[in-house]
Amino acid sequence: MIGFLVRRLLTTVLVLIGVSILVFLIMQLVPGDPVRTMLGQAATAERVTEVRHQLGLDRPLIVQYLDWALGVPRGDLGQSLTLSQPVSSILFPKLGNTMILAGGSLLICLVIGVPLGMVAARRQYTVVDRGSMFVALGGASVPVYWAGLVIINIFALKLGWFPTSGMHDTRNPGGFEDVLVHLVLPSIAAAVVPTAVVARMARGSMVEALHADHVQMLRASGVPERLVIWKHTLRNILPPVVNIVGLQAGYLLGGVIFVEVVFNWPGLGGQLYTSITAGDMPMIQAGVLFIALVFVVVNLVTDIAVALLDPRTRKEA
Amino acid sequence: MTNEPLLKVTGLRTHFSSEHGTVKAVDGVDFQIERGGILGVVGESGSGKSVTGLSILRLLGSRNATIAGGQILFHGEDLLTKSDREMREIRGKQISMVFQNAMTALDPFFRVGDQLVEVIRLHQRVGKREAKLKALEAMELVRIPEASRRLSSYPHQLSGGQRQRVMIALALSCGPDLLIADEPTTALDATVQKQIIDLLAEVNRELGTAILMITHDFGVVARLCRTVAVMYQGKIVESGDVATVLEKPEDPYTQKLLGSVLRLRSEVRRVSA
Amino acid sequence: MTSATLTKPATTAWRRRSQFRLATRALARDKVAVGALVVLILVVLVAVFAPLISPYDPLVGDPTMRLLPPGTPGHLLGLDGQGRDILSRLIWGGRYSLSVAIVPVLCAGVVALVLGMIAGYSGGRWGELVMRVLDVVFAFPIVLFAIAIAAVLGPGLVNSMLAIGITLVPYMARVVYTATVQESGKDYVEAARAAGLTEVEILGKQLLPNVLSPLVVYATTLAGLVIVLAAGLSFLGVGITPPVPDWGVMTSDGRQVLLEGYAHVATIPGLMIFIVAIAFNLLGDGIRDALDPHKQTGSRN
Repeated sequence: MIGFLVRRLLTTVLVLIGVSILVFLIMQLVPGDPVRTMLGQAATAERVTEVRHQLGLDRPLIVQYLDWALGVPRGDLGQSLTLSQPVSSILFPKLGNTMILAGGSLLICLVIGVPLGMVAARRQYTVVDRGSMFVALGGASVPVYWAGLVIINIFALKLGWFPTSGMHDTRNPGGFEDVLVHLVLPSIAAAVVPTAVVARMARGSMVEALHADHVQMLRASGVPERLVIWKHTLRNILPPVVNIVGLQAGYLLGGVIFVEVVFNWPGLGGQLYTSITAGDMPMIQAGVLFIALVFVVVNLVTDIAVALLDPRTRKEA
Repeated sequence: MTNEPLLKVTGLRTHFSSEHGTVKAVDGVDFQIERGGILGVVGESGSGKSVTGLSILRLLGSRNATIAGGQILFHGEDLLTKSDREMREIRGKQISMVFQNAMTALDPFFRVGDQLVEVIRLHQRVGKREAKLKALEAMELVRIPEASRRLSSYPHQLSGGQRQRVMIALALSCGPDLLIADEPTTALDATVQKQIIDLLAEVNRELGTAILMITHDFGVVARLCRTVAVMYQGKIVESGDVATVLEKPEDPYTQKLLGSVLRLRSEVRRVSA
Repeated sequence: MTSATLTKPATTAWRRRSQFRLATRALARDKVAVGALVVLILVVLVAVFAPLISPYDPLVGDPTMRLLPPGTPGHLLGLDGQGRDILSRLIWGGRYSLSVAIVPVLCAGVVALVLGMIAGYSGGRWGELVMRVLDVVFAFPIVLFAIAIAAVLGPGLVNSMLAIGITLVPYMARVVYTATVQESGKDYVEAARAAGLTEVEILGKQLLPNVLSPLVVYATTLAGLVIVLAAGLSFLGVGITPPVPDWGVMTSDGRQVLLEGYAHVATIPGLMIFIVAIAFNLLGDGIRDALDPHKQTGSRN
């Protein structure tokens, strides 16, 4: 167990370094001269060289990378070009907002996806099973930005049950309830695909678990069906389900940009979008890195949780 | 009343429906077991012997299997007329079953002791501590070394033979009158096989538990059973005393089966001695 | 032994041909998958014959008719914010939305096939190393990776294809790698080597067909994701840009007017993306089932 943890942590550190290198390299793909773009066509050659030197862009790539990368653990991600603020001071508050959105979506995903998959497995091959899995396949194919717009149209505009955008009421920003009301529609939109994926996956695991040998032994010992299902098979499918839910957290972190844009939710994704539109390279670089780092950490936590949940990973004679 | 057999099966028919028509897995089978008796049901794969065992406890899984007819009298009562709830009370408590798949028969996510306690508390009104003691008793009954330590082990931490013993402990934990053993030794090493068979014989001697032994191995029958029934394509072609059947098989199929078994002479001599 | 191994390559080829036929027949029996394939072919045909089918010019709008709803005479699906016919834009848009999805999948597939097979076949440390390096890409959420590259390269059809293609290569290569490693260990490869086939022949005639199946299944399902992703890039403004009638662009255009109450401008193109994505997913499922030897016999259990 300890050996596994140590190895996993080491791999994670290596991956994090690799991720930072990759992000840095991607940023170098920008066509044209970023300094010239920033200063405009009218700038003189001397001015361009001057600014490039000021920004440290004339140093060798490795030096630039190390300078940037070593600042990351310190929390220094550079300076935003458009907002004249340190990147970290902009990103950290937004991280919390994205976490709230992702949390809401994951909750929906768990509460609907897992039971749905379990029920479908119990009634394998019946209408309930085929129907719900068809719906799940549809759900997994949904373009999240379209889902968001449709949801806004129906529930916010036509029915007026929920606000159309934002995280707080602009006129009187309230507390918990205000955020909750604003959270409903975006988290539903973001949850559609993950819920569908989890439902399909839970069904598969459940079918396998229901046909496991030990289930026959349990029944032969007179264990009532509800205990077989809710005590034993549920526990059996916990590792793969946690695994897939963890993966969905990753999907959410990637797709969250669409939801945050459509719903004007002030999170990391929304910020990334603004930075992209503004061409603020340091912000884009940091934003992408940030989201990737969170993703890596989430995967690490998931892997550890899955290992802890499965007694077979423990040796002990 | 004590002359009545513990289990009496008459005219049992179990059918499976498939796209190729109805398969008559068990096609009119009669046999009985006395209190404390040991009956061996022998046959090759597809003879219907396992299905017979599953039919007694009605563990077939309803989708394409139906018990099409017959009577299964246990303590004089027909099991085929009992409700699901009544069957659940019988399973694990009055009639238990152990299977071939020792490696996978236990839930890998729960400790061995917990699984025993679960079944014990299911059938008997006892508190946790008392159930744990009973679980320990069951483990010691099947001669698992370091029984109290093993209670907190997970199945994957035990060997195949140990897991089979735990399965037997689980089956015996509530003191059933009948134990149905479906090929319990087939998947084990030869030396472990012998140990398990001897264990079953001891359980029968000490506790008086009747055993229905389902196997394809005549050697097991010779070593353990007192009566035997030979099955072929869903029917019993020959039955009777083990010594008689092994020495003078009347049915040609039985003769063929016996003919292909080596080292039987010495076993027969041992049984009739 | 030797005569058996000499005939091995030939029997493998025969087995493969009949496997292909079995798979095709199994697929034909799957009504849902066939339906999905029909839908996809229809969409492609409509896009290809756009100049003949489209009732209006997709780029020319009549401001007096802006935002009229579906069902308006002469405009089955209504008009957008600039008075352009939505049906026409949808038809022409198919050319962009489909190509920006299918082309990267095909190109990435070829690259992944080469990379993955070389890495998987040469085996051992080399292959492992390449895969470890690719693992870094898997540390990114796929959508984020595509957006990052697209944002950096700039907007446009070709840049979009490039961004998506680059994103897809590691994922497809991994599938090819795993399949190659698995197949390389099997007996028929040994037999082929013993029979004197060159490495290239082994790769091409023995391994390739068996590696192709999982890749095709993966690619088809991936296409469903890609069409959503590609339109998403355009939606965010980092892919194809207006006035091109790409479905993602149309959805983005419709976003502003949706809040004013004209939902059809955004929901119709989005629905189109959804339909094509479902079709790809259904087809992918169908192909996977058809290639599964257990399912080919048509038995339920």
